[in-house]
Amino acid sequence: MKCKAIINELADYLDEALDPTLRASIEQHLGNCKDCRVVVDTCQKTIQIFCNSEPAPLPEDTRERLHEALLRRLRLRKSPDSQRA
Amino acid sequence: MDRFSMSSPKLDPVRPRPPLPSTVVKDDESALVAAAKGGDISAFETLVGRYERKIFRLAQNITQNREDAEDAMQESFLKAYEHLDEFQGNSRFYTWLVRIAVNQALMKLRRRRPNVVSLDQEVDTGEDMMPREVEDWGPSPEDRYGQTELAGILGKVIGELDPPFRIVFQLRDIEELSTEETAEALGLSVPAVKSRLLRARLKLREKLNQYFRRGEHS
Repeated sequence: MKCKAIINELADYLDEALDPTLRASIEQHLGNCKDCRVVVDTCQKTIQIFCNSEPAPLPEDTRERLHEALLRRLRLRKSPDSQRA
Repeated sequence: MDRFSMSSPKLDPVRPRPPLPSTVVKDDESALVAAAKGGDISAFETLVGRYERKIFRLAQNITQNREDAEDAMQESFLKAYEHLDEFQGNSRFYTWLVRIAVNQALMKLRRRRPNVVSLDQEVDTGEDMMPREVEDWGPSPEDRYGQTELAGILGKVIGELDPPFRIVFQLRDIEELSTEETAEALGLSVPAVKSRLLRARLKLREKLNQYFRRGEHS
């Protein structure tokens, strides 16, 4: 396989969505091509870094507004008067 | 032996797709959803508390605007509550919630940038995707930065991607939806999701290279 073919199959390779024969061909190429190996490795790390990143805590004012909005809506929904209105 | 004739690749195992949630978590979530459906407000608030940070980040990454992200998050949870009866439990509650949030965030984005964002349009992924910069990052590149600094870097680089690529990456690699779920949520074909995902991953890898390559920031 050529380097370009490796790049074209990269998404499926990283997602383990390739058939075993194609996967074996790619791994054989990776054994001999340092550049492709680095690209695969850094792509994996890119995904891992994003996937493992914890979302920042919600700013307090944002959280307050969210919960106020929810409570307003939920109370409206529960109130028989509002349902008749 | 030349420098490229090395032994078999010693790559970390490829990140497996996320495992199914444990029975305990699933049961806990199912119980919370069932209680919320029955009108238990505190059960719904527990679900909100569990996912508000992730939904806000998702909305922020899609809209790239804090005010829009906050509105989209609020509307997503309100809509989820209004339509809770329609959630059949065929997927995780979070996956269902993500789909609602993506729609809300996309509406905000389209309102702000009506001529730019049309997800179902063909996007050019045909240009040469061969990486230009090939440099190793070392074993744990993210350890070089504090959590806040790293979050800033990730938010910055993902914001630099065009929306069609950014949103597919967000759903597949951050929210961990399957390719099929992502395609369904965005009204795209599976091949379109795959090609955009490949482009997004390669672009992000390239953008992160400046922060993580060996010797950088060490």
